[in-house]
Order: sequence, then C-alpha cells, then structure tokens
Amino acid sequence: MIRLLMRDLILALRAGGGFGLGLGFFLILVTLVPFGVGPDSERLSAIAPGVLWVGALLACLLSLDRIFALDYEDGSLDLLATAPVPLEGLVAMKALAHWITTGLPLVVAAPMLGVLLHLDGAAYTWLIVTLLIGTPALSFIGAFGAAITVGLKRGGLLMSLLVLPLYIPTLIFGAEVVRRGAQGFDVMTPLLMQGGISAGAIALLPFAAAAAIRISLR
Amino acid sequence: MSILSVTNLSIARGGIPVLEGLNFAVGTGEVLVLRGPNGAGKTTLLRTLAGLQPPLSGTVTCADDAVAYAAHADGLKSTLTAAENLKFWAGVYGGGDIEPALKAFDLAALADRLAGNLSAGQKRRLGLARLLVTGRPVWILDEPTVSLDAASVALFAAAVANHIAQGGALIVATHIDLGFDAQVLDVAPFRADPQVMSGAFDEAFL
Repeated sequence: MIRLLMRDLILALRAGGGFGLGLGFFLILVTLVPFGVGPDSERLSAIAPGVLWVGALLACLLSLDRIFALDYEDGSLDLLATAPVPLEGLVAMKALAHWITTGLPLVVAAPMLGVLLHLDGAAYTWLIVTLLIGTPALSFIGAFGAAITVGLKRGGLLMSLLVLPLYIPTLIFGAEVVRRGAQGFDVMTPLLMQGGISAGAIALLPFAAAAAIRISLR
Repeated sequence: MSILSVTNLSIARGGIPVLEGLNFAVGTGEVLVLRGPNGAGKTTLLRTLAGLQPPLSGTVTCADDAVAYAAHADGLKSTLTAAENLKFWAGVYGGGDIEPALKAFDLAALADRLAGNLSAGQKRRLGLARLLVTGRPVWILDEPTVSLDAASVALFAAAVANHIAQGGALIVATHIDLGFDAQVLDVAPFRADPQVMSGAFDEAFL
C-alpha cells in the first residue's frame, strides 16, 4: 500500500505527471476574478470565500481523470487488480496521492490568493481549516467518479458531470464556514457537517469505486 | 496434483457467450497451451482464469494468491526506470530481490533506463521479468512472445523451464512452439452459441 502511494507520488512529480497543474489553474482562476468583477474591495471580499472554494473544486476536478485512466491504458490496472492488494486499498491510496499532489498545495496557496480577493482577516484560519477538511472529500469523491468512467474513451467530461453535483455539499458547507468566520458568527454547524461529509466519503467511497473498477475491467 | 482446475466453464465477452463447456486441470510442473483462431476467446478465458471477470457459469478452482497474470499490455510506467518498475511490483507482491529477474531476461544493462525509452521487445522482456518477482506458482500469459526476437524467446523459454522445474505451472495462449511437453487445448470446438444474450445490461449501462 505504501509502495502504491510512493509510486503515484513519484509518477506525479516526474515529467508529465501533472503535479502543479491544479495549483496553476487555481492561481489563474482566482487571479481572473478581480479582472472580471472589478477592483471594488468590498464586493471582492464578499465573494472571496465562494470564489476560493469554487476555484479549489475546479482545480481538483482537472486532474481527476488521471487517477485511473493512465493505469488503465498501460495495463497496470489489470495487473494491480490481480495483485495481492485489495482494490479498495488501491483506490484509497490513489485518492490519497491525488490529495497530496492536488489538495494539499491548494490549502497552502489559498491564503495567499485570499489577499488578492481582499478576504476578511478573520476568515483566513477558517479558509485553511475548511480546505484541509474538505479537499480530501473532493479527492475521494473524484476517485469514485474516475473509477466509474475508467473504461470509457475520453470519459473526462462525463466524469465532470457526474462528480460536480456530488461536490455541492462540500462546497456549500466549506464556503459557509469561511463566510461565517469572516463575519464573526459561529461556524461549528457547517464545519461539523463538512467534516461528516469528508469522513463518510473517505470511509465509503473506496468500496464503491472498487466495485465500479471490477465491473469496468470485465 | 492440480493447482488450477476448471469445470463446465462458460465465458462471455461484451455480454455475448464465446466459449462453453470447458473442462481442464493444470497441475504442478505442467504447461497448458491454448490455441484457436483470432477471436476464439483465448484472452477472455485467460482473464476469467486470472479472476478479472466472472464466468458465465461453471467454476474455476484455484488456490488463493496463486496466479500471476500478464496480458498484451505490460503495465510499465514510462517515467520510471526499468529497475523502479520491477521494484514496485516486487514490493506489491512482497518479494524482495529483483536482480535474478533482471538477469534472467538480460535487462541488467538497461536497469537505469526509463521504461519509456525501451524498445517494444525490451518492454516486453521487462513485463515478463515481472512474473519472476511475483513468486506466484501459476503464470497466466497472453501472447507472451509478441515483439520478442529469437534470442529473447530463448530467454523466456529458459525462464519458463526454470519455473516449471520449481513446481510452477503455466497457462499460455501462444502461436509459437516453445519446445515444452505441453497439453494443447484448442478452444475452437467449445465455441458458444452467440445468440444467447446475457449480461447485456452491464454493457448498455456503461
């Protein structure tokens, strides 16, 4: 299992691995918003939590189809499925590797981009906390979507259609915590809801994804 | 003693039955060669034996963790070196040393090359070397000698002979003669009636 994780991390870091792709996309997307909306700092700080969260979500989506598609194309997935590694564990490790290479950099970069959007000072802590709690859910839900579409040629668009609606709860609660944090309200309820979604996704979706892969390998 | 046996097996591909009524057993130190024209169902049979797809009916009896499968695709990562690829698989299967496998397929000089820079034949040799690090007794191979030259085929034959001598077994779909005493199973007579549709729902859904 650790070897799988290490392999995926090494592959992501080597040429063509796509590390930094999501981060770069996030950076550009968030930078574009002030150009489109205008430099009015009050308006920007009002939409900042939502923009940062939508940006993180789309950046995550960008690299999802690589999770299983590359292994499927070169035959590794067949071989891994016959290897003494539970497919559920494989899914979990791949989702974890996706989070480390995509989600974690977003968590680190988001506060810096918050400055661009005049994010309220009190909200920074909550931005980091919600991204830290929420992005693993994005990776695990995404791994499930990638598993469903793994056998399809150019299934990336279909996967986006399947995955984005599943991201809605994480988005709502994540942005809500940051908004409430900025206004000094109590954040516990949305924070707990978001934590629950992440915990549920991490616990259940590897099983669903493994079942989907078994069907597509037939 | 048989390691892998099959009773009254029927298999389907894409929801259409391809073979039915298969019965055979493979024991330690035995080689089973599958023959048949293109599209006869050799690959589907091998995938079923490897556990990648469920049989339509009948049973495949095999000990747990006995099978190592190698298909048309070698499952190599082009941005890892040959040695890294092999080490990964050795780690997954809980084996350790990759040196004997590299030596058996004459890959020692290529160990530090990126797999993406290897030729088709070299990739194939690396893919076959993976079998040695799995430590599994039953090898299920689908056209293992594709893109290998005569010298490499000889290396492969030597590796198989060694594996058989150590009590392993081999089920292989191939069109060339590897020079072993082997049971030959021609799958053509077991062709199923393709009119009987089943499992079509899966395909339509996906």
